[in-house]
Amino acid sequence: MDLTIAIITGTLIGATPLIFAALGELVVERSGVLNLGIEGMMLIGAVTAFGFAFAGYPPIVAALVAMLAGATAALLFGVLALTLMANQYAAGLALTLFGAGLSTFLGHGFGAAPLTAITEVSIPFLSSIPIVGPLLFRYDPMVYIAIALIPIIWFALYRTKMGLVIRVIGESPQSAHAIGYNVILVRYLATLFGGAMAGLGGAYLALAYTPLWVPNMTAGKGWIALALVIFSGWRPFRVMLGAWLFGGVTILQLHAQGFGIDVPSQLLSALPYVATIFVLVVISRNRIFLLKNFPMSLGKPFHPGN
Amino acid sequence: MSLLELRGITKRYPAVVANDDIHLNVEAGTIHAILGENGAGKSTLMKIIYGATTADEGQIYWHGNPVRISSPSAARQLGIGMVYQHFSLFESITVAENIAIALDRKLDLESLSAEINLISEKYNLLVEPDRLLYHLSVGERQRVEIIRCLIQNPKLLILDEPTSVLTPQAIQGLFVTLKQLASEGCSILYISHKLEEVIQICDSATVLRGGKVVDTILPSATTTGELAHLMIGTQPPTTQRQHVKINSSSTLEVCQLSAAAEDHFGSDIRDVSLTVRGGEIVGIAGVSGNGQAELFKLLSGEKIHSEPDTIRINNVGVSRLNANGRRHLGLACIPEERLGRGAAAGFSLRDNFCLTHHGRNLLRYGFIKYKEADRRTSQVIDRFSVLCDGPHAAAESLSGGNLQRFIVGREIELNPTVLIVSQPTWGLDVAAAAFIRQTLIDLSRAGSAVLVFSEELEELLEICDQIVVMYGGQMSQPVSRSDADIEQIGLLMAGEGFSFQTTAQGY
Repeated sequence: MDLTIAIITGTLIGATPLIFAALGELVVERSGVLNLGIEGMMLIGAVTAFGFAFAGYPPIVAALVAMLAGATAALLFGVLALTLMANQYAAGLALTLFGAGLSTFLGHGFGAAPLTAITEVSIPFLSSIPIVGPLLFRYDPMVYIAIALIPIIWFALYRTKMGLVIRVIGESPQSAHAIGYNVILVRYLATLFGGAMAGLGGAYLALAYTPLWVPNMTAGKGWIALALVIFSGWRPFRVMLGAWLFGGVTILQLHAQGFGIDVPSQLLSALPYVATIFVLVVISRNRIFLLKNFPMSLGKPFHPGN
Repeated sequence: MSLLELRGITKRYPAVVANDDIHLNVEAGTIHAILGENGAGKSTLMKIIYGATTADEGQIYWHGNPVRISSPSAARQLGIGMVYQHFSLFESITVAENIAIALDRKLDLESLSAEINLISEKYNLLVEPDRLLYHLSVGERQRVEIIRCLIQNPKLLILDEPTSVLTPQAIQGLFVTLKQLASEGCSILYISHKLEEVIQICDSATVLRGGKVVDTILPSATTTGELAHLMIGTQPPTTQRQHVKINSSSTLEVCQLSAAAEDHFGSDIRDVSLTVRGGEIVGIAGVSGNGQAELFKLLSGEKIHSEPDTIRINNVGVSRLNANGRRHLGLACIPEERLGRGAAAGFSLRDNFCLTHHGRNLLRYGFIKYKEADRRTSQVIDRFSVLCDGPHAAAESLSGGNLQRFIVGREIELNPTVLIVSQPTWGLDVAAAAFIRQTLIDLSRAGSAVLVFSEELEELLEICDQIVVMYGGQMSQPVSRSDADIEQIGLLMAGEGFSFQTTAQGY
């Protein structure tokens, strides 16, 4: 029983940074922009958050500054890919490399000192209910925030004018421009939002998940978030399911070793990507699903022109 | 007082003056045509009126007051609506959402749907607010575009080439709606290059040529001949057709060809049979998106088919051959997209020439004989009067008309037994279009089998000996030119008589 609870709680915690980063990227991609720099933005977020917490600022400040740092990194991508019309794939990959380098450089003096920044809150009474308590009510606040963001993003995308505009720009920026929308501006805002969310995901890693700074501590979580967006079919609620699945795999990996079950960890680490390819193949055959969800202009630069 | 008045509107682009000192008056409650060839400056002028671009000089008056229209939303606020030729609609959302996206108000789909239904009934523009746009026919999409404008109570509605994609019946339906709107006081700016339509429904017409106003006239008191003369500046060219002499040694046969769509939004091909004999031109009519693009790819070899005998050139089954293999058997193709499919944009004309001529004694030990290639490219340029900087000019530096002359010339220089061409004169001016049409007729009369895909029914009626109609991936029986009846072809285009019916609801 305790083990099951440990696995489930571990899954929810492991899924949290993925949800942040993937939700951000989902909004970015829905506007037709492909930012492959999530890993880099997460690292910049992580080092910033750790730095501020290390310097004694409260965790909320550290997390907010990390979001700002992620958005700034995304701004760099935006200037390259949206204003200067550079290839989005190349610009995104460059951002990942840049983020890895910059965060290692900035984090040089941090050493490996752990810190206690964000800890779980035990909700009075509820958290002491057997089984249900530890399962539902003993997480740090970021876990709840991540889950709460899912319906919020869904509502924003599907029930507001703003969301409608983001989605149609992802389908046909030319038509949106013809109606009079500022495609580049909307794409910038989406990109900045994606950067802030990736920064928050990174902050969670440095403040709560491992609470210490190690270079390249994201260890591919940015890429998993990217895969997760595809896995979800660009739909918010499936991001949550996917994040639990992928987060769960990581946790199972740890426990499987404890049991002496000999599943090569490389195989388990590859699972998210295999699952993503599987989902891609399945949805590629479904015209209406793709039509409704896949941003047709994804990765294609838009020239407003005259 | 005019509703809209333009005084001295001028717009310059780096290479060209698109609008040169344009004066225009649109009276309230009238249908006013802007008539002109492609490149005459019609689109630029409409963009200026709709605020999609701004004029370098000149002044716009609205109800007699000078205004500055800096954006489409500013135009909409004045009461100007625009229906683009290429619709600005989105396939992934519903009709109601498509309309909501263009309105400057809060998102409330329920009350909007009710409003849409009201307008839909009043103007006989049948649409269902909850349907995904993807399922709609071109005619239905145009209705959505028009409702999107009408819902904002416009005083002026601009329609850019509104009939270019409609069946003849749908065109008449549209005219009824437009006349009703005008009678209620909404002015209509009707942009077109189709003379009969302008004479049929417009109260006045301003003719543009080379960016300038040539004349403003009363269409009802003129003839198509006079209008054409005004529009082109010379007598309209005519094509010469000689009698068909069937050449049985070149034929293209398609026999019970079926194929599933390869991309997500394509059309399936359903049991298509067709014969094109040497010496004749067969035209494929139909509203775009009914399988023409897929059939073209199957015929050209861009897509191969597993049953070898479904497509035969001179009695040889070619379905399993790729494009190059089919070209060796005498097939030549001119696709719809000139840049990217007909020619490689950044490559020189010489290199583009080599792409389809490399098998014609242009290689020595596998190396290209560049001098020979230059010489032959220059021949094509001369023979087909291509305006360019010689064989080393990049394909993308040519105007649409000149590039099409070059591509057509390049393919005809191959002396093809079978030529397949899609939208041969799309976007060309009258002179270039007439030249291309004459070239196709001459090729067929020299013994080649020619198959033409076109959305312009007039064009097919002008050059083809037989016409078939595609609908929902199916093909009708051929109708010979002498028996062709616009009414009947229009019904076929809308799907009448076909066993498979698409989900889209045509007129």
